Amino acid sequence: MSGAESSGPSAPVVLTRGLVKRYGELVAVDGIDLEVRAGTCLGLLGPNGAGKTTTIEILEGLKVPDAGEVRVLGLSWRDSAATIRAGIGVQLQATEFQDKLTVFEVLRLFRCFYRDGRTPDEVIAWIGLEEKRNARVGTLSGGQKQRLALGSALINRPRVLFLDEPTTGLDPQARRRVWELIETFKSEGGTVLLTTHYMEEAERLCDELVIVDQGKVIARGSPAALVASLGAESVVEFAPVGGDARSFPEDELRALPGVRDARFEKERVRLSVGDGAAAIAALFQLAARRGVALEDLRTHRATLEDVFVALTGKHLRDE
Amino acid sequence: MSRAHELFELTRVRVLLFVREPEAIFWVFVFPLVLAGVLGFAFRSKGVQPARVGLVAGAGSEELAAALAEDEHVELVRFDVPEEARRSLARAALDVLLTPGDPPDLAYDPARPEGESARLRVLRLLERPAPGAAPVATEERVEQTGERYVDFLFPGLLGMNLMGTGMWGIGFAIADVRRRKFLKRLLVTPMRRSSFFLSFIGARLVFLVLEVAVLGAFGVWALSVPLRGSVALFALTCLLGAFAFAGIGILTASRARTIEAVSGMMNLVMMPMWLGSGVFFAYERFPAAVQPLLRLLPLTALNDALRAVCLDGAGPLELARPLGLLFLWGALAFAVALRIFRWE
Repeated sequence: MSGAESSGPSAPVVLTRGLVKRYGELVAVDGIDLEVRAGTCLGLLGPNGAGKTTTIEILEGLKVPDAGEVRVLGLSWRDSAATIRAGIGVQLQATEFQDKLTVFEVLRLFRCFYRDGRTPDEVIAWIGLEEKRNARVGTLSGGQKQRLALGSALINRPRVLFLDEPTTGLDPQARRRVWELIETFKSEGGTVLLTTHYMEEAERLCDELVIVDQGKVIARGSPAALVASLGAESVVEFAPVGGDARSFPEDELRALPGVRDARFEKERVRLSVGDGAAAIAALFQLAARRGVALEDLRTHRATLEDVFVALTGKHLRDE
Repeated sequence: MSRAHELFELTRVRVLLFVREPEAIFWVFVFPLVLAGVLGFAFRSKGVQPARVGLVAGAGSEELAAALAEDEHVELVRFDVPEEARRSLARAALDVLLTPGDPPDLAYDPARPEGESARLRVLRLLERPAPGAAPVATEERVEQTGERYVDFLFPGLLGMNLMGTGMWGIGFAIADVRRRKFLKRLLVTPMRRSSFFLSFIGARLVFLVLEVAVLGAFGVWALSVPLRGSVALFALTCLLGAFAFAGIGILTASRARTIEAVSGMMNLVMMPMWLGSGVFFAYERFPAAVQPLLRLLPLTALNDALRAVCLDGAGPLELARPLGLLFLWGALAFAVALRIFRWE
């Protein structure tokens, strides 16, 4: 079996080539290529329905792709499912453990599926739930439940961790605790593939980001490189009020000094600017000439969110 | 870790989850005891039911009263107003209403068994057989242990309980792990899928021992239901019954995505057996054409086997057919469930 043991130090821990998954007419994953190197974290970034979960579930062996190649730990699911399962850790989106089991009982159950791994108590210490060791799952907070889910994924000392929206629905403090755990796993040489639609999470945890939309990769690179690709340092947003509805043609806005791009979103206008001060001064002059007030004017440093909006015209979290 | 360890842990979790569910404990242990207690009390041997006979006042009513007084099982209720007596009969407060006359008028409701038996009792008293005439038939009262209704009923209740707890317990548990996506979480571990199934059977066996012990003790001591066959055969019958219904429970829940869907399916599967498998009355009362079908139902096989071992003291040969049938049901249901089970 060629390639079955090609997991040398430089070989990717996770690899896909031309991954395709269809649900009837809908193409959920449309030719995605991924490569995750050992010890790094790759983030799949995209709005709901972009195909992130389908992609990660194919990698976890829960779904079978319609086309394309998948290698996890250098192995294929078709030939080596049991070996892959023993070597990966998985946190699914929105799994609930039984409310009436205790933290220890949940971990003891998951431990029994693996030949090697940590003891339940080691994991409890690692996720910081010592005081909740004998508490029932139903009494845990959302953040504690999420840490338990992470703990259950780490009980077999996996080489690669798949996390599907690991902090969705958590408050900021609980979110930071989960991030710390993922960082610890990485610092010990672990490889991570996660999906998220939180910019902060992607910027903090990921070495490489793959932005997906409608099943396709639309951009990839390090968080810093992606923001730099926007060619803008800041973003200026405002709502024009009064005057003529067409008082701000896009090409006129784009022609303002310092403005790289202009985009209308319902009532708001969004400018990507290199030189913020010059652009805002010119914008006010233009507004005064047209008799338009600039309401709710905001400016912020360019982020991944702006990269995403620039690429797709959509926000990552479209409520 | 080893397969045995995996199976042990999965089974332990199932048992823990069950004992931490107070409602489940109630339905498995308390409810059948209450049901058996109530039915056992309602159908205990209480001698001959007296016939309540109404008598309207009028010419000749005293002669009628004197004739009726010869039977201790006649309870006489006198009326002065005929309309009032009619109303009592209509409300079933009377079994029979006598109005004096030549001949006297006897009113009763033939749809009520009590009406029919009271009518016969009254007619016999009014006919006054010649003194010293030979009796038409010798009479014998059946009140011995083993031949009462409760003796028939109790094994049926036990069978019904084995069916209900097996199917509900397993069906709800499977729907629950599926709804929580816990099943999906298990699937990304190296867990063997057969262990998942076997853990349900394992947990079922743990509770089977308790369930049969509690119910059996109640039947034997509180209701004096006999166990004439061997305890080992009785245990084997319960075991095979639980096995069959564990398999059918998994099969019934193998595709359903929600608790509601499982509930509906369970009722659909169990309803014919509640009615047709001879829990409360013998299935021989159904038309002869459907009886071969009824005898193929797993609950019929279980009830037949339980009654045979409890009441008739049946041996292994007589039990071979129902027990073999139970085993087939269980094995077939498992085989199909493994094939069609919806893992995601």
